[in-house]
Amino acid sequence: MKYLKLKATTFLIAASLASPLAAQEAGGRLDIVVQPEPPGLMLGLVQNGPTQLVAGDIYESLLRYDGDLNPMPSLAKSWEISEDGLTYTFKLNEGVKWHDGEDFTAEDVVFSADVFLRETHARLRASLAYVESITAPDPMTVVFKLKEPFGPFINAFENGTMPIVPKHIYEGTDFANNPANANPIGTGPFKFKEWVKGSHIHLVKNEDYYVDGLPYLDEVYYRVIPDAAARAVAFETGEVDVLPGGSVENWDIPRLAEMDGVCVTEKGWEFLAPLAWMWLNNREGPTANEKFRQAVMYAMDREFMRDVVWNGYGKVATGPIASSTNFYSDDVTIYDHNPEKAKELLAEMGYDGEPVSILPLPYGETWQRWAEAVRQNLSEVGINVDIDSADVAGWNEKTSQWDYDMAFTYLYQYGDPALGVSRNYTADRIKKGSPWNNVEGYENPSLDEKWAAAATMVTPEEREAAYLEIQKEIVDDVPVAWMQELTFPTIYRCNVNDLVTTAIGINDGPRNAWIEK
Amino acid sequence: MTIFAVIASRLSKAILTLLAIAILNFFLIHAAPGDPAVVLAGEAGAADEQMIEQLRERFGLDQPLYVQLGKYIAGIVQLDLGYSFRQGAPVAELIADRLPATLLLTMTAFVVSLAFGIAFGVAAAARVGKPSDTVLTTMALLFYATPLYWLALMAVLVFSVWFGWLPGFGYETVGANYTGFARVIDIAKHLVLPALTLGLFFTAVYMRMARASMLEVSQLDFVKTAKAKGLSDPVIRRRHILRNAILPVVTLAGLQAGQLVGGAVLTETVFAWPGIGRLMFESLAARDYNTILGVFLVSAAMVILFNIVTDIVYRIVDPRIGARS
Repeated sequence: MKYLKLKATTFLIAASLASPLAAQEAGGRLDIVVQPEPPGLMLGLVQNGPTQLVAGDIYESLLRYDGDLNPMPSLAKSWEISEDGLTYTFKLNEGVKWHDGEDFTAEDVVFSADVFLRETHARLRASLAYVESITAPDPMTVVFKLKEPFGPFINAFENGTMPIVPKHIYEGTDFANNPANANPIGTGPFKFKEWVKGSHIHLVKNEDYYVDGLPYLDEVYYRVIPDAAARAVAFETGEVDVLPGGSVENWDIPRLAEMDGVCVTEKGWEFLAPLAWMWLNNREGPTANEKFRQAVMYAMDREFMRDVVWNGYGKVATGPIASSTNFYSDDVTIYDHNPEKAKELLAEMGYDGEPVSILPLPYGETWQRWAEAVRQNLSEVGINVDIDSADVAGWNEKTSQWDYDMAFTYLYQYGDPALGVSRNYTADRIKKGSPWNNVEGYENPSLDEKWAAAATMVTPEEREAAYLEIQKEIVDDVPVAWMQELTFPTIYRCNVNDLVTTAIGINDGPRNAWIEK
Repeated sequence: MTIFAVIASRLSKAILTLLAIAILNFFLIHAAPGDPAVVLAGEAGAADEQMIEQLRERFGLDQPLYVQLGKYIAGIVQLDLGYSFRQGAPVAELIADRLPATLLLTMTAFVVSLAFGIAFGVAAAARVGKPSDTVLTTMALLFYATPLYWLALMAVLVFSVWFGWLPGFGYETVGANYTGFARVIDIAKHLVLPALTLGLFFTAVYMRMARASMLEVSQLDFVKTAKAKGLSDPVIRRRHILRNAILPVVTLAGLQAGQLVGGAVLTETVFAWPGIGRLMFESLAARDYNTILGVFLVSAAMVILFNIVTDIVYRIVDPRIGARS
């Protein structure tokens, strides 16, 4: 029921920033691992994980979100959604300055959303298709008018989705080749200082930050350490203070967590909500048969895989929507570990032992082991499995050209099924050349209509009912084999306080973080 | 032929070789499956056709392969290694950024391994069959056979985690802002573990080669003559045996020296050393064509250069080589 606070009646939230308490201590330096090294820091141009991690301190968006995905003020101090769900009005914080000293105004927001990001940001572009106009009636007000209601639009103001970029630097330039990209200018709590390629990125406190007292930290270093074992050692020796999710292999986590003064949290992934699944090629081979796909689901002991391969971190998936995403329901067919049922289904379809291949995700040893666990489970019910291999570029090539039987992947959900889920299941998203659309080739025209309708319903209640129906139906079809909701624990020293306070966790963590001396 | 004529003829051949290498590399890289635009877009976890098309256009991948090759060759002829669209910087700049760290690491490892390798080899040969010889050769065999990766991790574990004597990774203390001599000391401390790890293997190789070669030469007639003349053992070893025995070591050292610039991917990765080997490896994973080609070309140029240098060293060590040709 996390959408309750989002009722489509007109509402207004006053700026209610965490009031600084006496206990919080200013000063100090935080060393955070960043892996791999980001290709660039201009968040409007590059939105991969490492870039969001570092540039999330430099750039800001209109809103932030708490762990239940409720919007909180950021560059916008208050906002209002009209009753018909068509007009979003934002009042901006006053006295905000860009890192080069220029004033931040509503014109920057209009330019960012309407001009810059429309050209550079594929994911936002999909949401902007619902937008009729973006205007700035006065320097502190921005109005987004939609063509039709689009419920998830309130989630589009997150920093990785709609980072606000400076108009005075980018207007009329070639965005991708603007020399300013090497020296990013944002409004965020930290300023870019230096990037020693292959070693570290140095950010320093923005003394003119518009929230009094913030940030507490004097500086943040993002450290590039390419080897997973070396990253674990860096944390052990005290060289770094924070290991963001996914920095070390899973089997190292318990050992590090047991050290004195070390804390672990699984929070901070609610907005992204990474869900892992295996694409099952719906076009050809045994995987084209629905019974075979169901058999795969029953054959797998996904609890065991979570406990062993992922060291107990994560949650077995029940369907296409992750439990922290809005409109999730577990009122669907549950695929428990049932080898007998799997064998029955295989016998019914007349499976002749034709081998299928599994393509693991080339993101490290954990993923390799996961594929091996699946192979073992499947061979127990009589499915012949080969494990394929490829590096990242090869994996992209094979999946986007549909050259696979079963392939591991995971994708982010961005808080709403219309933003991060439907893109993998509707027929209009079947297109070669991209590994983020309907790669499995699942076609279900009646569901396509329901996905489209659910996105534009006005009230959350209507949407909830529509998504429940969709989840029930699609889970029976098994277009892909849903594996688990991934959680990537953040490991940090316990004297670092308030590091993970929002739905994007450490990506905007240093803003509020403070070190207890 | 004078030494200058040799160099001139070698250099002119070298330019043709380099061009051939550049063309071959170009086709090899493009033959690998994968598309840099999709990799770059993929890291964002979402992309539409418009984005992929934009990226391809920016990278110049929308043009036929021969046009791309033509542009690339035209570039390198003008000493322009191209632009890394992934990193948003000229390739030459990226390489120049990483080169000092790589050279410091590999040169140190090279010099240390050459010096210790020859010294230990000569020492072992002089005491052939004695316990000290057995100890030295056993150690050499051990370091020769141990995987570099394991050795590196153990070194970090022992010297950095357990004893805390030396920093386990990085090039210098991040954020310490040391200057002058303090900085030199700081970098030197960081250099110890990676340079030793990288150097141990080659120390073992040079030592074994030097020892075998010393033993072989010491059986030759001219050594007996020298002894008969009444020269002392140390003088014979240094002036007669070593000078003749060193040639195979020089050959091998020349080969290794050529690879110095290519970096040491494993060592640089484990020790988070910001060198060129990692740049190459990461660019390869991202299919950052221009950067990989740039690193390959610079490495190839260095291999050729060091081959020429090796030939010159031969002539200095053994004047007969120049006289014969």
